[in-house]
Amino acid sequence: MYKYDNYDQAIVDARVEEFRDQVKRRLAGQITEDQFKPLRLMNGLYLQLHAYMLRVAVPYGTMDSRQMHMLAHIARKYDRDYGHFTTRQNLQYNWIKLEDAPDILADLASVEMHAIQTSGNCIRNISSDQYAGAAADEVADPRPWAELLRQWSTFHPEFSYLPRKFKIAVIASDEDRAAMRLHDIGIQLVERDGVLGGKVFVGGGMGRTPMIAPEIKDFVGADDLLSYIEACLRVYNRYGRRDNIYKARIKILVHEIGADEYRRQVEEEFIEVKKLGIDPPQAEFDRIAAFFAPPAFEAGLSNEIDRSDPDFAVWLDQNVVAHKAAGYAIVNISLKPQGGIPGDASSAQIDLMADLAKEYSFDELRVTHAQNIVLPHVRKADLYAVWQKLADAGLAEANLDLISDIIACPGLDYCSLANARSIPVAQKISTRFADLGRQRELGELKLKISGCINACGHHHAGHIGILGVDRKGTENYQLLLGGSGAEDVSLAKITGPGFSEDGIVDAVETATNVYLAQRTEGERFVDTYRRIGMEPFKDALYG
Amino acid sequence: MKILTGNDLASGDVTWWTGEGWSRHVEDAVDVGDQGEAIAHAEEGARRVNAPYVIDATLTDAGPRPAHIKDRVRALGPTVRPDLTLKPADPNAGSWVI
Repeated sequence: MYKYDNYDQAIVDARVEEFRDQVKRRLAGQITEDQFKPLRLMNGLYLQLHAYMLRVAVPYGTMDSRQMHMLAHIARKYDRDYGHFTTRQNLQYNWIKLEDAPDILADLASVEMHAIQTSGNCIRNISSDQYAGAAADEVADPRPWAELLRQWSTFHPEFSYLPRKFKIAVIASDEDRAAMRLHDIGIQLVERDGVLGGKVFVGGGMGRTPMIAPEIKDFVGADDLLSYIEACLRVYNRYGRRDNIYKARIKILVHEIGADEYRRQVEEEFIEVKKLGIDPPQAEFDRIAAFFAPPAFEAGLSNEIDRSDPDFAVWLDQNVVAHKAAGYAIVNISLKPQGGIPGDASSAQIDLMADLAKEYSFDELRVTHAQNIVLPHVRKADLYAVWQKLADAGLAEANLDLISDIIACPGLDYCSLANARSIPVAQKISTRFADLGRQRELGELKLKISGCINACGHHHAGHIGILGVDRKGTENYQLLLGGSGAEDVSLAKITGPGFSEDGIVDAVETATNVYLAQRTEGERFVDTYRRIGMEPFKDALYG
Repeated sequence: MKILTGNDLASGDVTWWTGEGWSRHVEDAVDVGDQGEAIAHAEEGARRVNAPYVIDATLTDAGPRPAHIKDRVRALGPTVRPDLTLKPADPNAGSWVI
């Protein structure tokens, strides 16, 4: 894991003291809310429905146990004993007091964390593959590149006031576990003729105008990658629309001028940027990469696992995936208990996951964009002990990528932008499909719920998506089918008129029944949808 | 009726204008008639409230009920965490919101 150097620590500590002074002046009436709002947002502090909400950055979703324990400590001391893991691999606290915010940021800084650039029209937290460094299919570890981008984008003077917020993802596998092409910039590290570089996609996103990022460059050598990304941002910063918030994202620019013209401008700008020498010297990149060196995996470990406990065997099959090192496995901890709130974890659960990471996973945890937690490096011989401890804490739901592994935004229960509640719908669906055998019969089925058109719940990318809307003051839910945020990326389509809160649960069940009746051997829900189209589903839903 | 709501500056708590000050309980809210904007301006200037705004509500036997679900959620708390609402002892309090 990356460790702050003195410069990193100094700028984060300085920001805490700067914000402490800004809060003091706000509480004393020396600055107005209009003046203060952009300052608090720069520090991740929103005002939501019930209180201030603090969004803490978890760079590329990676933490150690010390940081995870600090998140639990803050939840316990300053909030209401829980936190909410988000689709941006971050964590949000829902009940923060303004007067406590500086102390919270100081606590975060003490473990090399912060909330900088988790809001505002700047480059947000860089996201990545939660299996980075553990997956067998990656060409390189994407985290050093994500860290390089983090350092480059932090307080970048040219990109602190972009036309709109900006999200970057870095992956290094053909399998996309980070919804890479639904980011403003998606980078897939690839090898060509033995040389490492990046395939660059620009102009993806969800929100009210969902778009899949087109490929802008099939290969940028590693030595040029940072300059190329800077050029991509420069063109956007110059021509992105600032006159209309709904057309301000880079996806609109790329769409309006076309990928070819955007590429031409980036290539032109790249020639100028390259002269600035911003790509790091190899020694500096190596310094960063050294923090992500593989842990000391033991050699000669057995791959055998005792599967005699049937409940453990189900969890093993569903939530544990292959690791690149023999004798090790990647453990997914589901934060989606039946009838629970997707992404929420109590302080005690956060502490327990930190303890497990320390004892069993080389002190590493990952937050996934699907609002789950990963222990990336667990010895197969330890899996049963890990499972038992998770089960005791209510964290052993064996539902990864099944219908109850639902992504849901906070919705109208917490969010001031939302039009409808998301969480109750998720709870009702996971309760309706509580039978794990039934879920496994349905197979991989990614269900995603947003409480408004901003799509924080990724409904456009759901095999089944649900969008909550306000229809004359009443919550109403649209059903969408056929989306994917993975390497088979696609945007879901609306089935037709919306449903009530209970009606949408029935509609989801109806859609799954169509799938079960129509599927052929080996087809997932989304495969069947793509083969048979929308009509059979509409017929069943609307008769 | 028109009622006035906002958030406490320091704590962020949802508050309601009572005619004399601010309460965390919507039951205490009073009809502000056409004075809402003026009260909001004065109270915000004195830092007794943050981001105040006027909403429509109906007067019921239990007191004012905000017209929009968003403000009913604000008044009670998250419907998915009854233990964190202003009425934690009443697991059915969420039905007031819907």
